Amino acid sequence: MTKKFSVLGTRAPKLDAPDKVTGRAKYAEDLNLPGQLYGAILQSPHAHALIKRIDVSRARRLRGVRAVITAKDVGLTKYGVSPARYDETLFAHEKVRYVGDEVAAVAAVDLETAFAALDLIKVEYEELPAVFSVDDALFNGAPLLHSDYPNNICAEVHQEFGDYEAALGECDYVRTDRLVSKRQDAAFIEPHACVADYDSSGNLTLHSSTQTPHYVQRTVAMVTGLPVGNVRVVKPHVGGGFGPKAEATPLEMSACFLSMKTGRPVKMAYTREQVFLHSRARHQFFHEMTTGVKKDGTIHALHHRAVLDGGAYSSFGIATVYYAGSLLGGPYRLPHMKYDGMRVYTNKPACGAQRGHGGVAARACFEQQLDIIAEEIGMDPVELRLKNIMQTGDVTCNELDMSSLGMRECIEAVRNGSDWVKKKGKLPKGKGIGMACGFFVSGAAYPIYRSDTYHSTVIVRVAEDGGSVTAFTGSADIGQGSDTMVAMIVAEELGIPMSAVKVASGDTDFSMDLGAYSSRQTLMTGHAAKDAAEDVKRQILAVVADELGVDVGRLDIADGRVRIKGEKPDIEPLRLRYVKEHRGWADVPKGDDLTFREAARLATVANGSIVGTGKYKPPRLGGKHKGAAVGTSPAYGCSAQIVEVSVDLETGQVTVDAMTDAHDCGQVVNRTSVEGQMQGSLSMGLGEALLEEVKFDGNGRILNASLGEYKIPTSLDMPRVKSIIIESHEPNGPFGAKEVGEGAIMPTIPAILNAVYDATGVRLHELPLTAERVYGAMKEAKKKGR
Amino acid sequence: MKKLQIFIRVNGEDHELLVAPNRTLTDVLREELDLTGTKHGCDEGECGSCTVLLDGDPVNSCLVLAAQADGRDITTIEGVANGSDLHPVQRAFVDQGAVQCGFCTPGMVLTAKALLDKKKRPTEHEIRAAVSGNLCRCTGYQKIVDAVQAASRGKTGAGR
Repeated sequence: MTKKFSVLGTRAPKLDAPDKVTGRAKYAEDLNLPGQLYGAILQSPHAHALIKRIDVSRARRLRGVRAVITAKDVGLTKYGVSPARYDETLFAHEKVRYVGDEVAAVAAVDLETAFAALDLIKVEYEELPAVFSVDDALFNGAPLLHSDYPNNICAEVHQEFGDYEAALGECDYVRTDRLVSKRQDAAFIEPHACVADYDSSGNLTLHSSTQTPHYVQRTVAMVTGLPVGNVRVVKPHVGGGFGPKAEATPLEMSACFLSMKTGRPVKMAYTREQVFLHSRARHQFFHEMTTGVKKDGTIHALHHRAVLDGGAYSSFGIATVYYAGSLLGGPYRLPHMKYDGMRVYTNKPACGAQRGHGGVAARACFEQQLDIIAEEIGMDPVELRLKNIMQTGDVTCNELDMSSLGMRECIEAVRNGSDWVKKKGKLPKGKGIGMACGFFVSGAAYPIYRSDTYHSTVIVRVAEDGGSVTAFTGSADIGQGSDTMVAMIVAEELGIPMSAVKVASGDTDFSMDLGAYSSRQTLMTGHAAKDAAEDVKRQILAVVADELGVDVGRLDIADGRVRIKGEKPDIEPLRLRYVKEHRGWADVPKGDDLTFREAARLATVANGSIVGTGKYKPPRLGGKHKGAAVGTSPAYGCSAQIVEVSVDLETGQVTVDAMTDAHDCGQVVNRTSVEGQMQGSLSMGLGEALLEEVKFDGNGRILNASLGEYKIPTSLDMPRVKSIIIESHEPNGPFGAKEVGEGAIMPTIPAILNAVYDATGVRLHELPLTAERVYGAMKEAKKKGR
Repeated sequence: MKKLQIFIRVNGEDHELLVAPNRTLTDVLREELDLTGTKHGCDEGECGSCTVLLDGDPVNSCLVLAAQADGRDITTIEGVANGSDLHPVQRAFVDQGAVQCGFCTPGMVLTAKALLDKKKRPTEHEIRAAVSGNLCRCTGYQKIVDAVQAASRGKTGAGR
């Protein structure tokens, strides 16, 4: 693949960066509509309780209150993420299931009055016994959260690929290991906020801090009963999402109902504590893996058991429990894999999708186990991995097609980039080095709801003067840089400079797009953008060919000019027409070639507005087994990391000193953005490995629902990262591009686990690696005389 | 609550305001002066997204009562650029890819500007220590550190 690109692969500054560094960029809470009211939500103080009575009369009478709504007012339409598990209603009726469950909402002339009104709502509860751990929830006779889910089992998965039992008998070496992770919070810096605006004609516009305008539009329409066509969701700038902002929230739906009831715009925002209470972030996972290998290190069989603490509702959890299993199918050849997964309801905030959805803790458990196996059979951990990795074209036992896979290149790059050979096994006590690999989907191959819909459409419209084009897309830039990606792809395809491309995005009125989740937008929105640009190019060149009387096959656009193969026709008459139209203008087109501006203007004059449309949906992919949709993707990104740590042998404190990271993202679109995703993934992984845990008291209340008590990495916790980009060519990606946003987090936790072992000689099977936990493990090991 | 009269200078412009004694500087900047570049991230002084410069020093404006700012000079993110010319720190943040979601960016830029105003060529550790009270969940901080370094060296243009 030697095609030369003029825009792709460069370090283009992000389109929104100038507005973000000057404070001009507007986030949902920055929006103020004339006459707006302020909303607030009343949440349950109990983890599990019957609602005997709700009295809102005093709240309604408070001066300045414009509306108070409860389940009685908004109805009991069930919603959620997967249609098969719609288990939420906007407001609790009959009972509440976690501390924070929504009971009522108010709208008032200011926020103070709204909060005062919440205090006046009297709710009579009758407390019920609650379950706070998976063990308690699964205990025979445990109180049920949802009467239609016996034993509090939200979802169960049983899959087998190959013949696990028989394969185990063929193994020379078998071992079982466990890993327990902790519930996390996504800790995006912008708390959710929104403004709902229901107008006099019955149209509802919701401005919201969301990753998925399309899904929010559908859920809001379903729950409010408005036709989908009357609901418009607009995403302003979003201050990070990482998964939990990928579903409709009670905040959004409350604001919508309150606006519909009052006829005025209603603004609402979660406090930081409410972000923790709403959660929808990373589950707590309990993994147990039995892996069998041959004498020579060939990985042969895996039995994986996982239990997920889901919290009170399903959210994305059905996908999570499937992902936890399916994402072990690669990047190593593994012919026999058995998976038993279970997601359990508990009386805590619901967990959902978070960066590396479902696969992160499982990957940590497996990669640590591979390290243990390597040591026990006397192989270098890098060699063990190199021996087993898949190649481009391999298909996993669960039918994931590695249509491009630079796994070997990634491993070799980090091995060489970190001086692994000189360091592994040779560092002094207290210093350690560890490595791990991982891979992730480049867009879910199926939408959340069953449909043959296109996953992405893009419209490119040429400005009347021909000087610029605007790409309209419903896709969601939440900071990762997808708008810039769209601009770069349109510019590349149209043969014009990026400065001539504008992007209007994040609006359900612009186009159909499933949004920012499962690392899908570069591949899917990118495809649709390329397709739309191609359409525009075709329309413009057809007019030019006609005017010049040359075959259209001889024409192309590059560097903002119309290139003509073979003998050049006289372009002067066309130029004269353009110049006559633009008397007094300073920037008269020059040069021997017709400019894009002239060509586009010519086409507009001939045919009216030039609008190109593009669309993308993946072909039918994946296996036929139950749950095959989860993990199936048109492409997979992969990565390898090597981490170096220092462990204070007196205190157990772990410091990460260096990280070397290689990721295969296919063709690079924006080099700076790829590195940004890689480095951001590593910091989130480092936080999960060393610091992060949402803690509860004995009554289901969060103990550390603040950014002071819930610790995420600061600039002093992150070492300098060496980021190495590996470029493969992905046949299913636009120009060969695929994901980077989530695959890059996969190896981080296990690489740290393996480095800590190298430094201390102690294996840890519980996260996070706090000083206390590491110290305890070292002390225990000493007692055992190891 | 009886309102208090305060005089503050914000981005070089004088304002006379009547504020409730319990209102934070963040809220007054955002709601009275429409300076929404100052963000609400946690409202308890942990995230740094509400950072403004108070007489040149970075502070969490959510922990400052508006009344405490009486008679003081405040710089918000809206006052950093010179018209449409970006400040070197802003320029470097754009060029180096230090901006992702951008929610921490105003606070980061102000903290970095305050650092460079006091120390022309800080070391990498000094930069990391200076911005350690500004949380960023997107970038892993590397490109932010790179941007501050580039700005301190007067470098512009895209780099690593």
